Amino acid sequence: MRRFVLIAVPYAWLVALFLVPFLIVLKISLSDTALAIPPYVPKFEWAEGIMAFLRQLDFENFIFLTEDNLYWKAYLSSLQIATISTILTLMVGYPIAYGMARAPAEWRPTLMMLIILPFWTSFLIRVYAWMGILSQEGFLNQFLLWTGIINEPLTIINTNTAVYIGIVYTYLPFMILPIYAALDRMDGSLIEAAEDLGCSRLMAFWLVTIPLSKNGIIAGSFLVFIPALGEFVIPSLLGGSRTLMIGKVLWEEFFSNRDWPVASAVAVILLLILVVPIVLFQRNQQKQAEAES
Amino acid sequence: MMRLSWFNVVSLTLGFAFLYIPMIILVIYSFNAGKLVTVWSGFSTKWYGELTQNEAFLNAAWVTLKVAVVSSTFATVLGTMAAYVLVRAGRFTGRTLFSGMIYAPLVMPEVITGLSLLLLFIGIGLDRGIVTIVLAHTTFSMCYVSVVVSSRLVTFDQSLEEAALDLGCSPIEAFRLVTLPIIAPAVISGWLLAFTLSLDDLVIASFTSGPSATTLPIKIYSAVRLGVSPEINALSTIMIAIVTVGVISASLVSKRNLVRQKREMQAAERA
Repeated sequence: MRRFVLIAVPYAWLVALFLVPFLIVLKISLSDTALAIPPYVPKFEWAEGIMAFLRQLDFENFIFLTEDNLYWKAYLSSLQIATISTILTLMVGYPIAYGMARAPAEWRPTLMMLIILPFWTSFLIRVYAWMGILSQEGFLNQFLLWTGIINEPLTIINTNTAVYIGIVYTYLPFMILPIYAALDRMDGSLIEAAEDLGCSRLMAFWLVTIPLSKNGIIAGSFLVFIPALGEFVIPSLLGGSRTLMIGKVLWEEFFSNRDWPVASAVAVILLLILVVPIVLFQRNQQKQAEAES
Repeated sequence: MMRLSWFNVVSLTLGFAFLYIPMIILVIYSFNAGKLVTVWSGFSTKWYGELTQNEAFLNAAWVTLKVAVVSSTFATVLGTMAAYVLVRAGRFTGRTLFSGMIYAPLVMPEVITGLSLLLLFIGIGLDRGIVTIVLAHTTFSMCYVSVVVSSRLVTFDQSLEEAALDLGCSPIEAFRLVTLPIIAPAVISGWLLAFTLSLDDLVIASFTSGPSATTLPIKIYSAVRLGVSPEINALSTIMIAIVTVGVISASLVSKRNLVRQKREMQAAERA
């Protein structure tokens, strides 16, 4: 009895507030747009049963998505932005994680805290901080003009470059922590062995350190890639009107165009795209857990 | 012992500079006298003064705090229960679905979570306001709590619980007297995580809030979309200061506990 209550309470909560809402999105993505509020016409009643539902299933919102170039472009450019920023985050994060792993043991807790601290700070504030830096008369342009590297201000804000910077900045801890965890476990004598056996330091790094931190690299990359794909705040504050990301399109479809069926269809496809990296990530985590036990 | 090479030193310095300079600039310019955020025109605390006059921000801050306290408390209770189910309940029908529902919200884009909850609330005719934001925040933060707590439960020696039961504790007493004190650090960090997630959330709150309840992130977002403003800098500085003090004191406390634990262990060994 007690066990039943223990299972039933969180179970019921998640079914009611996670599973059911998601089924509603699925259902609305298959209904017609109407001008009434709420702006959708329910496509079926549960009572009519599954057969009736299948007969009147309506994919017009999905067909609409494939016909309109905007959505294709938005999905592709989200994938592109997420991929490029993941690679950039890895390139920025790896040297930091590597430095942390080689730092004296008594520094490490402090370094660790310094990495985690920004994570507890508001996401919105961290993105906002870059608005003042990247703008036309912002600090970066002031600095570069002052040093004489450039003669006229660069346009960075409202471009994809600003979005890359924003994603790298906000997701950096997610990349550093798993890589640091992998490097920290590594046996330092392996490097010495490689060097004794005639490897140069660079070769030893490439042949020993990188392969041994592979799991951290994979975990970190997924932890950046998956949320970056559906990101809304960064493209909306740092990106311009030409920065297409699917999270932003969904938001606008919903709040500006008030087209709920299309917004729901956009959400369903975004999830389908996310399933692949999520399943891969899960499998990688499982493999790692098995290898450790 | 490996030594730091010049490369390590440079990458650490640049890395931490990258992480911290934007926030340091933000803090410095919150004390700027001028209206322009990017041009320094003398020291002043007037933006903090204006902030205390701004009713809209104060109201939003109050709503945000209420939502965060209530939702993180619910999330901690539900998340701890869920962690218990995941680690201890063994097999039951629908277990796969259950663990799927625990992990899925962690990777679900916020726009989708927000959209789906909004459609649910409209579908059942629930007026949007503080209640709906609390429901939404509880749902996604309980998953984070359950991940944190279950990672502690996995490493926990179950025989301690069994010993308590053998010695005549009821299951609830065993939980309260043995299990809870041991998993308490994880439960507390779960609560803190849920609390900050709730304080921080813009997207889900935007979908699930109504005109009667605006949270601070929603307010900040609509102000920031129009460009940088010194008032927002002042507000951000206050929030950064709170987080910094919180994280540093939490890490000092846990460090002291660790030292004390070690000393007690040594004392026990000697005795």
